[in-house]
Amino acid sequence: MTTGKAFATTRAEGRAALVGYLPAGFPDVPGAIEALEVMVDCGCDVIEIGLPYSDPVMDGPTIQAAAQRALEGGVRTTDVLRTVEAVAATGTPTVVMTYWNPVERYGVERFATDLANAGGAGLITPDLTPDSAEEWIAAADARDLDKVFLVAPSSTDQRLRYTAEACRGFIYATAVMGVTGARASTSELAGPLVARTRAVTDLPIGVGLGVSNGDQAAEVASYADAVIVGSAFVRPLLDADDRASGLKALATLTEDLAAGVRRG
Amino acid sequence: MTTDKVDPGPDDAGRFGDFGGRFMPEALMAALDELTAAWQEAMADDAFTGEFHRMLHEYAGVPSALYDATKLSEHAGARILLKREDLNHTGAHKIRNVLGQALLTKRMGKTRMIAETGAGQHGVATATAAAYLGLECTVYMGEVDTERQALNVARMQLLGAEVIPVSSGSRTLKDAINEAIRDWVASVDHTAYCFGTAAGPHPFPAMVRDFCRGIGDEARAQCLELTGALPDAIAACVGGGSNAIGLFTAFLDDPDVAIYGFEAGGDGVETERHAATIWAGEVGVLHGARTYVLQDEDGQTVESHSISAGLDYPGVGPQHAHLAQTGRATYLPITDSAAMEALALLARTEGIIPAIESAHAIAGALDLAKERHGQTLLVNLSGRGDKDMGTAIDWFGLGQADADGTPEPASDEQIAEGAK
Repeated sequence: MTTGKAFATTRAEGRAALVGYLPAGFPDVPGAIEALEVMVDCGCDVIEIGLPYSDPVMDGPTIQAAAQRALEGGVRTTDVLRTVEAVAATGTPTVVMTYWNPVERYGVERFATDLANAGGAGLITPDLTPDSAEEWIAAADARDLDKVFLVAPSSTDQRLRYTAEACRGFIYATAVMGVTGARASTSELAGPLVARTRAVTDLPIGVGLGVSNGDQAAEVASYADAVIVGSAFVRPLLDADDRASGLKALATLTEDLAAGVRRG
Repeated sequence: MTTDKVDPGPDDAGRFGDFGGRFMPEALMAALDELTAAWQEAMADDAFTGEFHRMLHEYAGVPSALYDATKLSEHAGARILLKREDLNHTGAHKIRNVLGQALLTKRMGKTRMIAETGAGQHGVATATAAAYLGLECTVYMGEVDTERQALNVARMQLLGAEVIPVSSGSRTLKDAINEAIRDWVASVDHTAYCFGTAAGPHPFPAMVRDFCRGIGDEARAQCLELTGALPDAIAACVGGGSNAIGLFTAFLDDPDVAIYGFEAGGDGVETERHAATIWAGEVGVLHGARTYVLQDEDGQTVESHSISAGLDYPGVGPQHAHLAQTGRATYLPITDSAAMEALALLARTEGIIPAIESAHAIAGALDLAKERHGQTLLVNLSGRGDKDMGTAIDWFGLGQADADGTPEPASDEQIAEGAK
């Protein structure tokens, strides 16, 4: 199921979508599935499942810690696909966010096939730009999968156009020059980036990096088509004394963010 | 002999055959494009290259000598010539790379350099160049390495650099690179990333090679002058591969010169404890380039092991991957113990204590000498061994006042300790 379905709904409702991220296998494989189901139940429109990787250069300390814990727990690529299958079964479009080497190692064709069979919507690729993505683009196009590449405040207009042309589903606009992680205030770079991206594409534009509460979500939702939240969802699970209280905090946060995207 | 020139690469996309390229966040693409353009313009500008060579000559002690190591040669049974990069300022070939990148940083109008370092050699070199050229400097170093290389931390601090210990992942070199990239994403408008080896995304493999290629250009001319002929074979150690590609480049079009790279075999390539990336790794993507990577079935990077911190890296420069695939160069592993034996032999025969990294190349040349009796072997002595005395003390059981000084084989315990 593609993310296009979720964006059709949110556009009809005149609001932005809430995209929620968690790494697979954190705190363990069933625990991540349970947490992702809470996020679906409490208002995420699209789910983004992280594939834990040993060298996550775009992630800040929070997601690094969660991914490291998942790897120490022995999470495998097949577990990530299993997690996709469980979450996609809820009917919520589910994409995988992954650094490139694990996909190449698994086999690009094989990964695309297994992702499609699991009901996954596509991939977000933080260290793969369209310049190097020929094999993935072909595999995704053959299976009707979303290709979500990133744009950044430093992207030239030429690269914005080039990247947008290669995307399907939505475009991931990184709102800050920096790694993932909750920030006290949203970036002043995000608005201009979204405006520049809008000028070159009709695809929905999601804004990520830094959003951690409903008010920030509302602010971003006022100019973006999707609010992408990652580290803030990981944080309550890292901080909680036990799983039940972690899930409760996660539910409260999701509801706050879901209300935020409806205010924007 | 043919005179056909082989294009050493890379192509416009930074690829060496199947290897290299640019697997990096979009946020850094503009900076990498800007760097590529600035570097290419600088290399075509006599003012830049003239200033680079002036600094190398007046400040760094380059060109380094090519030394006819007659006593080692007698022992080996082949004529061994040593390119004395150990005599450069800061004690290794690395000063060439950092002076080039620091000068380019100034030219681009940036005020700060960041760097990753393993044992601390590249960090010290970067801090040195930053002090010399008046740039701010931040060095990322794995927490494990800051603990075992406290002296180099102190050197960097004395040179005015800020040293940030990295506590994520395996807390070693690869994690220091990750953290430096994270810094760069957030600081790219005023900061240059002074990458320490001929790896990473385009243009680093080609740029670092070009700043280091003086090693081979000088050695080739020095060898012709000294012996009247080219060497039969050349050899260098390979971690990321900057000293090796710096030596190899001048000889790529000399088909009669055999090229050897010696990787860190650690406890042996039959064990899991080594850093022989080309020998034992498989093709993947790490730190921005497609190359050989030590990785598991799922593409997670596997920790490497070597007694030599400078070779302890689970990736390798993409041009080396290409040279291995095409067969132009041969890459072989050298164990910790063979390297330490070669280190002691060079110290005893020639009065030169090499870096443990460079001792891998010496050990490799000693192996080559067995099948290349009487031939001329040119070896890059890429660095000096002062920094490695702690390891040598542990390995050989040195440092006691009553010791007769004869190196003894290391105990199993020492080997385990030294290889950590």
